[in-house]
Amino acid sequence: MNGSAIAASGLRKAYKDKTVLDGIDLDVRTGTIFALLGPNGAGKTTTVNVLTTLLAPDAGKVVVAGHDVSTEARAVRAAIGVTGQFASVDNLLTGEENLLMMADLLRLPRAEGRRIAGRLLDRFDLVEAAGKLAASYSGGMRRKLDLAMTLVGNPQIIFLDEPTTGLDPRSRRTMWQIIRELVADGTTIFLTTQYLEEADELAGRIAVLDRGRLVAEGTADELKRGVPGSHIRLRFADRHELDVAARVLHGSTRDDEELTLRVPGDGGVRSLRALLDRLDAQSVEVEELSVHTPDLDDVFLALTGHGNLNDQENPDDHENKEVGAR
Amino acid sequence: MSVISAPLADSSTMMRRNFRHTMRNPLTLLNAIIMPIFVMFLMVYVLGDAFSVGVDYADYATPGLIIMTICYGIGPTATAVNSDMTTGFINRLRVMDVSRAAVLNAHVISTVLRTLVAIAFVVGVAFLMGFRPSASFPQWLGAIGIVVLTALAISWLTVAAGLSAKSPEGAGILGVPLMLLPFLSSAFAPADRMGPGARQFAEYQPFTPIIETLRGLLNGTPSTGTAITAIAWCAGLSLAGYLWARASFTKRA
Ligand SMILES: Nc1ncnc2c1ncn2[C@@H]1O[C@H](COP(=O)(O)OP(=O)(O)O)[C@@H](O)[C@H]1O
Ligand SMILES: [Mg+2]
Repeated sequence: MNGSAIAASGLRKAYKDKTVLDGIDLDVRTGTIFALLGPNGAGKTTTVNVLTTLLAPDAGKVVVAGHDVSTEARAVRAAIGVTGQFASVDNLLTGEENLLMMADLLRLPRAEGRRIAGRLLDRFDLVEAAGKLAASYSGGMRRKLDLAMTLVGNPQIIFLDEPTTGLDPRSRRTMWQIIRELVADGTTIFLTTQYLEEADELAGRIAVLDRGRLVAEGTADELKRGVPGSHIRLRFADRHELDVAARVLHGSTRDDEELTLRVPGDGGVRSLRALLDRLDAQSVEVEELSVHTPDLDDVFLALTGHGNLNDQENPDDHENKEVGAR
Repeated sequence: MSVISAPLADSSTMMRRNFRHTMRNPLTLLNAIIMPIFVMFLMVYVLGDAFSVGVDYADYATPGLIIMTICYGIGPTATAVNSDMTTGFINRLRVMDVSRAAVLNAHVISTVLRTLVAIAFVVGVAFLMGFRPSASFPQWLGAIGIVVLTALAISWLTVAAGLSAKSPEGAGILGVPLMLLPFLSSAFAPADRMGPGARQFAEYQPFTPIIETLRGLLNGTPSTGTAITAIAWCAGLSLAGYLWARASFTKRA
């Protein structure tokens, strides 16, 4: 079953002399979640547009659901569903009318359209709001409705461009849950995100996009493994203890102000025990011990050499963000 | 589904959507009606006596007001088309393989229909103010024909402007010249009464032959020459608007 749902090679796209995609290769297996992770302006939306037939690349080949995007756009469109970066629901229609409009455009019989709309409203907990204008919906409800509209056609492959940007933490979790359920049903999901946590949480495979290039690809663990930064942090009660510990633990870095010692290591049980035995032998008391594995933030820093994702976020995005659940 | 009926089905789905929009936002209709009626009051009761146009002033001004109603009714269309483009609604349809013509056609047709409803109201008020047309039945049909052609031309231009504007606000501003053009035509005073610059402008701009044709038809004194000029303008502007709309639609995805 695990064939290739999306296969792209050598994708290039430039606007005038600005290169936006600089040779992208992707391979997404059927029935998995794939995350394209990158900061604002990395080229995520452009990639989605190319993969979904909306934009012709300058070079490269894309096969989606077994069909070439440039020559069999129609067959590709029949197999995919796309939820864009901005919720494109019709504000002056009710939630239900939005769904029925999709059913009409897909030329489904009336009764079937109603049945599907009813089921989706129920599934996304929008039954109560079904008869209200979408203009009155909260950000989270709009995203849900937007995704429900994409699902009316029962697509095999779903593209989600930043599905949770601007959502409060609770709505974000709901959206994650919905995405997990979709993939459990056998759907393939290609999502883009600026959030490391989101990619880590949802995706089987992650590709890191930076300025139009893929700088890494793999599972979250693979990405983390390739990055230095796994270490054990020890904190001591006083300067003397710190001095002794620093002397016996080779390769460690000390912080005199914090009275901490950073010891490289993977935090496995055996090496941890060995380390504590060495300290015991010198009768050094450890106040506090913590094991640090690199998170995707470290990965991003290591891969791109230019910092945390959020440093690059567009100021506009902060305005959109709703205040978290209280 | 056959090649012909699919776009038709899509267009009718999009039409239903636009119809709901109008019903839920009746201000779009009201705006198109109020301004022309206000101008009509001003012209007929306040200023009208100042221009002696040789006929009853309500008869003289109504054709211009009808055309003005078209221009005042298009703002919501520009905004709606623009937000369809900028919010990703049109992209959603493109990925669903909905015929591109459907969205644009639906906007044009619903704008024309909404405009005709507004014009019916304005003409009704004109009757109350003493408008007494002397058109025969075929001349009435001709008058309706020229109004529909004008509305089509302006709607296509509006849809195109809406598609190419950067924001809904920008799209709204593009409509302002259309609201001012009727004042610089023979709508409220004959062009030969105007100052030198304005007169040349009024004589050569499209609204003058269109309004003259409508006036001729409603007064029962149509002139074939002006009518041909008016129809040519409408056809030319419709085509320009259509091509412009198609180009922006393809370019901005
Ligand atoms: N139509 C366009 N014309 C010119 N530049 C564009 C266009 N679309 C996108 N870009 C540029 O391409 C880069 C990538 O954009 P995008 O794919 O939207 O990034 P992301 O979705 O990752 O934020 C940005 O620098 C953006 O300014
Ligand atoms: Mg984007």
